[in-house]
Amino acid sequence: MEVFATALPALNDAFAMILQPHVIGYLVLGVVMGLCIGVFPGLGGIAGLSLLLPFMFGMEPVTGLALMIGMVAVVPTSDTFASVLMGIPGSSASQATVLDGFPMAKKGQAARALSAAFASSLFGGLVGAAFLTIFILAARPIVLLFQTPELLMITIFGLSMVGILAGRVALKGLVAACLGILVGTIGEGASSGALRMSTYDLPYLVDGLKLVIVGLGIFAIPEIVALLRQDKAISDRAPLGGGWMLGVKDWWANKWLSMRCSLIGVVVGVIPGLGGSVVDWIAYGHTVQTAKDKSQFGSGDVRGVIGPESSNNAKEGGGLVPTLLFGIPGSGSMAIFISAVALLGSGSIEVGPSMLKNNLNFTYAIVWLLALANVVGTIICIAASGGIARLTEIRFALLAPFLFMIISFAAFQSRQEIWDLVALFGIGLLGIMMRRFDWSRPAFLIGFVLSAPAERYTNQAYQIAASRFRRGFDEGIEYIFSPIVIVLIIITLLSVVIGLRQAKNIQAEGSVDSGSKRAPLIFLLAITGYIALTYWNSAIIPDFARMDRVFPIFVATVALVGCALLIVQMMMKPETNAIFADRELQEISANTYGLWGTLAWFASLLIASALVGFILALAGFLLLFIRFRAGKSWGYAAIYTAVGIMFICGMAATLGRDFPPGILQSVVDLPWPLT
Amino acid sequence: MFTNLMRPLACALTVSTAMVGTQALADGHAIDLSGKTVEWIIPFSETGGSAKWANFYAPLLSEELPGNPTVVVTFMPGAGSTKGANHFQGLEYDDGTTIFGSSGSTQFPFLLSDPRVRYEYGDWNVVLASGTGGVSYLPADLAGQLGDGGDATPLLGEDFIYGSQGATRLDLVPLLAWEMLGLQVEPVFGIEGRGDGRLMFERGEANIDYQTSSSFLSGVTPLVEAGTAVPWFSFGALDADGNIVRDPTFPDMPTFKEVCEATEGCATEGQAWDAWKAFFVAGFPAQKMVFLPAGAPEAAIATYTEAFNAVQARDDFAEISKARLGVYPQLTGSAAQTALSSATEVPQEAKDFVINWLSERYGVVLQ
Repeated sequence: MEVFATALPALNDAFAMILQPHVIGYLVLGVVMGLCIGVFPGLGGIAGLSLLLPFMFGMEPVTGLALMIGMVAVVPTSDTFASVLMGIPGSSASQATVLDGFPMAKKGQAARALSAAFASSLFGGLVGAAFLTIFILAARPIVLLFQTPELLMITIFGLSMVGILAGRVALKGLVAACLGILVGTIGEGASSGALRMSTYDLPYLVDGLKLVIVGLGIFAIPEIVALLRQDKAISDRAPLGGGWMLGVKDWWANKWLSMRCSLIGVVVGVIPGLGGSVVDWIAYGHTVQTAKDKSQFGSGDVRGVIGPESSNNAKEGGGLVPTLLFGIPGSGSMAIFISAVALLGSGSIEVGPSMLKNNLNFTYAIVWLLALANVVGTIICIAASGGIARLTEIRFALLAPFLFMIISFAAFQSRQEIWDLVALFGIGLLGIMMRRFDWSRPAFLIGFVLSAPAERYTNQAYQIAASRFRRGFDEGIEYIFSPIVIVLIIITLLSVVIGLRQAKNIQAEGSVDSGSKRAPLIFLLAITGYIALTYWNSAIIPDFARMDRVFPIFVATVALVGCALLIVQMMMKPETNAIFADRELQEISANTYGLWGTLAWFASLLIASALVGFILALAGFLLLFIRFRAGKSWGYAAIYTAVGIMFICGMAATLGRDFPPGILQSVVDLPWPLT
Repeated sequence: MFTNLMRPLACALTVSTAMVGTQALADGHAIDLSGKTVEWIIPFSETGGSAKWANFYAPLLSEELPGNPTVVVTFMPGAGSTKGANHFQGLEYDDGTTIFGSSGSTQFPFLLSDPRVRYEYGDWNVVLASGTGGVSYLPADLAGQLGDGGDATPLLGEDFIYGSQGATRLDLVPLLAWEMLGLQVEPVFGIEGRGDGRLMFERGEANIDYQTSSSFLSGVTPLVEAGTAVPWFSFGALDADGNIVRDPTFPDMPTFKEVCEATEGCATEGQAWDAWKAFFVAGFPAQKMVFLPAGAPEAAIATYTEAFNAVQARDDFAEISKARLGVYPQLTGSAAQTALSSATEVPQEAKDFVINWLSERYGVVLQ
């Protein structure tokens, strides 16, 4: 009751602060700006917040907060557009939404998927805020209970979701996840700074690959290329009736699922260090595990949209806990948020340990501004979803160049080097092959996302535990096997057992026919070769940096065993076995164009960018693509190109970004945007 | 020879106060930045002390630069800040819209001949040098065992765990200090920022930690008030003669020098001490600096120098900077130049000692 005595007056204050016309006005402004930026994959809240930061200084604290929060809150809502309509994971928050959202769009149910997603987002956001209002008062000691072994176990729990998403051949899923982890270890080791699969001569790889590039490459590029080869619209049938109301009804029918996933979102979001990158996978896994009929997951089950979307907005609320209470941001956008709050109060409001004690009313204002922004954002998104969903009916050859422009621009934001585009292309090629041979791409992505935390927490937990054991056996055991760890181990084991038992029914990426033996075997051998190379590369890390050697060696060993078993199976099994899945044969009748011809278009964009810079290359690419591949007139192509270039330049100018330069630019000085 | 080296810096510190408000600029030579956007590159992530420092200065700088350009802080983390610095090295002066904020973690790899360093401080033009300090703190139970004057002797048998960003970073200064006191400190590497190190301390996994002054003020002070953390020593500050004296932000805390004197087996002279002091001077009293790229004309340097002077001449500067940065010298003009020299020119013996210590103690081999 004492809790309520402190909470209620502060809550009252908070609402008095929020419910003023000018505060709401700034909130709506922030939401609209956030939507405009969030719709584009890979940009997200960081770009938007950096944009606002200079204007924050001297602003009245509450209005400034409203503007900022409006912007942050809607990003996980608005990136759903890209996930559902194009199959592009807009941010780490909506990776799992792609799995069922995009197949729904293909079936002409885009509006339904979108509105179900938005309704879930809204609900998740509100549940998150309500939960936080109480929880934030008690959160501090609970958050501190999550020590390194607990964080490690949550990471492993996240990895166990691979079990559900592994596809028909569990071993392939396992190897895919290991491959993802190994790709995640590329670069400088966190522990001793040893280089893995990289060299100082190629500084790009030293920092490893970024999620934006891997997410776009592994999901977006294969889908775009596949659609382009079929030369139709995204949706292969006329839109179903009912539209957005149907989606809201779907959400209502699954409100308890939505509730559970929201709570998963808040709780995982609260824990600092994981950054919410696992939340949507855990929610998706939970959704699948608790569903009675699992046959439709991966080919357009609306529950597969509701689960992750309920969790990802709730996560934003949960993420406020480490941000506000400890001053430790759970994500890049939260980090900028901290800086901005410091600017707002001119130092009087300092995010961190003193926030609750001194500024409880502000804390509540932030929590409920977030909830309110969700409401506003969702209403705008639902209103727009019917119209935007029509994008899926446009002939894809006209949409694709535009998408490639956006994706390249987004990828380039990762490091602002031409290598970003090379990496995107390389990972994209891997994604295309994985899609073709039915290797689980979600498993790969989970592995990649969790690679760094898995290694970091393993090393740290090992080191700290060793020190505890030196002090006494009991102390060491107590540290490693805390009650939370034991509970997490049980949950993880259950999840793996249930997952493996059901994995055969769940085809996260639809069913795939089997074909000849040769092509799948070659791909498997190529993957085995890469893993073997990684093994060798890690093995030569000298002893003084052994902490950077253990993890990749361990993962590569597991993967190599998996590969060996797969090779044996391939030799024993007949051609019709699922292990030889090859999408190329299945889609042979639907494909109008060859794979390599289609890829050559994009390779040429890349090569031309390296030569003459992105904008000039893009202009040529758009013009020629629309003229020859889409078969439109020169006039049409010219107008398309002009609009495209103007659009991308406008966006870059607003965000203050440059484009990749080519060799030409190192010789001649050109004015922006050609620089 | 160390005293010789300290002297210029010490002078710089004295001069700094006098510098504030001086006209460094001849009329009509200022560059005009109206309608432009100044990009301030910070080679770290958004969470660290450098981010706080840049975010503090950015809006103030925008007000004082001619034409009031928007000042945007861009974060370019990677490879322990050498990535951003290498990037900046590749830039040439264009129109004065790009500036770079370095930190001690950029200076140290440079001093230690890290193979990733492709930058040269001598090429850049310093326009601001901000000092800071650092505080080492302990959990209350361990701090209670300390002897008189912070004597570390009672803690010699303790197993210490420290969340570290890497032995070649600024962490080198506290790690070497603790080692000189005889403590058994095992650094747990792979921490992403000092904030994560503090969280590890709060969770009870780490039982020793240090924070730079501004992070200590915002992050650890509440813990001290709650009784879970107790400050042990500050690294100190330099006086006009280059001696280590108490940090003006924490006048009640003993300095490392005092604690070292109180602890048997820790000497405030000799090789180890000289090396510690050299790296402390390189890392803290001129920790964060703002640079214009190679080839910047006098007018641009003068414009920025003038703007930073004007920021410090604000009536409320003392008040707003105290809470955000602590009370430390903010040097411009020739004082900044001198600070830069003492921060980047460390005697070879000190470098050799540290390089040798890193390889023997942590197996870190640079090259």
